[in-house]
Amino acid sequence: MSIYIARSPAVAARSLDGEMIIMSTKDSKLFTLNEVATEIWQAADGRTPLSRIVQDVVCAKFEAEPEAAYADAEDLCRRLAEHGILVISDQPLESAR
Amino acid sequence: MTSDTVIEIAGIPILLRSHDSVFEPAVRKYYADFITPVASVAPVELTVEVDASGFPDPETVGAGGAVPVVDVAWTGDRWRLERFDFRGEWSPGTGRGQVCLAQPQALQSIDSVLRILHSILAVPPGGCLVHAASAVRNGSAFLFPGVSGAGKSTLSGLIPSDATLLTDEISYVRQAEGGYRAFGTPFAGNLGAPGKNVSAPLKAVYLLAKGSKNKIDPLSRKEAATALLRNVLFFAKDPELIRTVFETVCRLVASVPVYRLTFLPTPEVWEIIA
Repeated sequence: MSIYIARSPAVAARSLDGEMIIMSTKDSKLFTLNEVATEIWQAADGRTPLSRIVQDVVCAKFEAEPEAAYADAEDLCRRLAEHGILVISDQPLESAR
Repeated sequence: MTSDTVIEIAGIPILLRSHDSVFEPAVRKYYADFITPVASVAPVELTVEVDASGFPDPETVGAGGAVPVVDVAWTGDRWRLERFDFRGEWSPGTGRGQVCLAQPQALQSIDSVLRILHSILAVPPGGCLVHAASAVRNGSAFLFPGVSGAGKSTLSGLIPSDATLLTDEISYVRQAEGGYRAFGTPFAGNLGAPGKNVSAPLKAVYLLAKGSKNKIDPLSRKEAATALLRNVLFFAKDPELIRTVFETVCRLVASVPVYRLTFLPTPEVWEIIA
């Protein structure tokens, strides 16, 4: 079963040179995302399953193998969620931003 | 007797009102270049008291290498600030507040209070305080961000005679005239002396790195924003404040070129700064 991801409202984020920089507005911690992570972040609308994001965005744009790409994406999302900048659920979410 | 001292930094005056006969002359002497008889706008007012009761013994602070904690919090209508050597509050609504210092001659206490207040006051007009040296040369300002040990004071100590040091430690940058402007501050680092109270349009930012030769490398906007944000002073963990500073820095790196300056600690480094 896939998970759903949404951008946390507790961040300031900007795409610069095609890659995201994100700052937690809770503690001013700074995160930078690479090109793949940026695509996942931008697609994190809370309604699209991560499996669909991986299939439509990651695999389509970066020619990644679906199973490994999903595992990497889920790992990334869980790490971002640990820092409070992404929200994860097994149900669709209201888009946070 | 009550005495008022107005310290104006980057066009933002803070009036310190004190009854303490030791505190006031020490402040007037240290901040001499930033004291103004007439504030440019209505000043922030801060009543300063000196009372050691309730503070920890200074000799026990920092024991074992612990870094003293600065606590800055928004309480709904005012900012509350506290460290081992001061505690106080300030209300943006009234423009007034008070601070209690543990020691009258501890200039670093009131200096930290001023840094904290300016890190908050700088934000609404599109500014921020940055861990950076800065200088004015040929009518333009240059910013040199860097963590402790990166070379801010070293570079500042090598400044040529045709340049003016704005600070060797904490720089003040703010939106102005369609660009950004750097202002002198009294917030000193290892050089131990306040900067000059002048300002100039910001022409370039040079992130400091020590190396075996002098060279300049341009940074992407992402690299520049990331590096600059890591050097911004965020005393207050306030979401709106953080969001505004984040946007300010992103706009700054879109309009001001940012480079990495790798340098040897010799005066020749200033020949490539332009």
